Amino acid sequence: MSEKYSLRKVYGKTLSELGDKYKNIVVLDGDLSKSTKTEIFQKKFPDRFFDIGIAEADLIGTAAGLASCDKIPFVSSFAIFATGKCWEQIRNTIAYSKFNVKIVATHACLSVGEDGASHQNCEDIAIMNVIPNMQIIVPSDDVSTRFFTEKIANIDGPVYMRLPRNETERIYCEDKEFKFGKAEILRDDGDITIFSIGLMTNIALKAAYILRQEGIKVNIVDIITVKPIDKETILNFLKKTNKAVVCEEHEINGGLTSIISQLSAQYLPSHIESVSIEDKFGESGKWNELFNEYGLTEENIIKKVKVLQND
Amino acid sequence: MNTDELRLKVNELRIAIIDMIFNAQSGHPGGSLSAIDILTVLYNNFMKHNPQNAIWNERDRFILSKGHASPALYAILADQGYFPKEELDRFRKVNSMLQGHPSYLKTPGVEASTGSLGQGLSFACGVAIAGKIDKMDYSVYCMIGDGESEEGQIWEAAMNASRFELDNICAILDYNHLQIDGDIYDIKRPQPFVEKWIAFGWHVIEINGHNFEEISRAFEEFKTIKGKPTVIIAHTIKGKGVSFMENNVEWHGKAPDKIQRDQAIKELERNV
Repeated sequence: MSEKYSLRKVYGKTLSELGDKYKNIVVLDGDLSKSTKTEIFQKKFPDRFFDIGIAEADLIGTAAGLASCDKIPFVSSFAIFATGKCWEQIRNTIAYSKFNVKIVATHACLSVGEDGASHQNCEDIAIMNVIPNMQIIVPSDDVSTRFFTEKIANIDGPVYMRLPRNETERIYCEDKEFKFGKAEILRDDGDITIFSIGLMTNIALKAAYILRQEGIKVNIVDIITVKPIDKETILNFLKKTNKAVVCEEHEINGGLTSIISQLSAQYLPSHIESVSIEDKFGESGKWNELFNEYGLTEENIIKKVKVLQND
Repeated sequence: MNTDELRLKVNELRIAIIDMIFNAQSGHPGGSLSAIDILTVLYNNFMKHNPQNAIWNERDRFILSKGHASPALYAILADQGYFPKEELDRFRKVNSMLQGHPSYLKTPGVEASTGSLGQGLSFACGVAIAGKIDKMDYSVYCMIGDGESEEGQIWEAAMNASRFELDNICAILDYNHLQIDGDIYDIKRPQPFVEKWIAFGWHVIEINGHNFEEISRAFEEFKTIKGKPTVIIAHTIKGKGVSFMENNVEWHGKAPDKIQRDQAIKELERNV
């Protein structure tokens, strides 16, 4: 089994490395710095780290004020608190003014595990995607996490970056250069396309391996930039295959399935299946057991690919 | 400006507020009229700013957290020269730089998009922290409402400013007693204010918010306070200066008709 990496550790470590290069980076957390790993930055730059406490609305407002003075605030908390508890503050004090705030949330969706539904935000992409001016990044491994932690410091305006709690395997070469707004094509010799984000990309790769042994070839597109969505690449693949499975660790409403279905409906009607969470809350359990319970599995991807194949 | 000049100026700005809201047939006269004396003293006699360079980085900042008092803010900004006074006629109209509530990207001199209550003081904390990091000596003024103080975020920010010892923040509480649904005491009872702010670790100054000498003394005192943030609790009258609007909750967010507008202007012109 290949080595696994903690994306939040990679985030915290990268941030601490960027501190020297970008003097205007400041980091804010809401009493979760040990979990979000911003404590790594805090240790190196205590004067540029601010623990705002258990007060997410204030956390967002403070970050907006710092951004108005040419700072680049990185704001971290769990996805449930960083987007849910202060959605309107993000909309009104950050996005409306296009302030340069980077909200980097960890512990997204079912990856939270044992803490249960109250802490599992499986709606975060939906509620961030609807805000004008917001940009969304969902890295799928440690290499993309490291790359985009620096990249978003160089992108003007608000960004939401979503990370999981658990570890995942490396997908990309260590020196891989990504493009903001551009999806990554991991397999492109198939008759059916898999669009995926985050942890689901690794799971899709495993499904593709099994399918190949059965003689079924699939394309895999790792979306990474959810907003602005890479319309060109998505439509190219829909044109090629007309059949797609969208894989996301997010509820089916408002996430990647919705975004790609909308593109398909507008430009290129295609048969689209979804491997995602139904319209329901999560629960306590180990993250991998929850993934099984909620159908975020290789088996389910394979099943959906076969549905499309027989269509 | 001396007291006589301030008196004349404030009257002129009150007329501008009434006309703005009359022209738009929409807006919030009550809380604008209660706030305008303080804003006039602040912008003319205390704030270090440059209307020709609204984003000068050494400027003092003013954040209107109670964003519905935008007519007061726009009147003073236009008077200071941030944009032509003709823009005031376009308040709340399509394609105007003067939105119903302050918009950072649209209006020169507006520091933060506000109006959704409770959010401005947190923003002010961010600006104040940046000032500390950069060792700049600007001050951050932030006006909040008494009804607005029912928002929990105000108290989150109050802790924040106190915790980080942001002595470059001066909050101003426009204590006019009324919110849309009635007297703040009958609705949510956010009082007592003095005890609350002291308990949150702030330096508290209590004044009559329509008395220029008291307003000036408070801003002078703020400058001398080190190690903690300051809040000026300003006792004000909602609708101040227009007899039929004073202390009348009906005028929180209502535009005068032609007869009411003329009567208001007549009363205000009499003061000149």
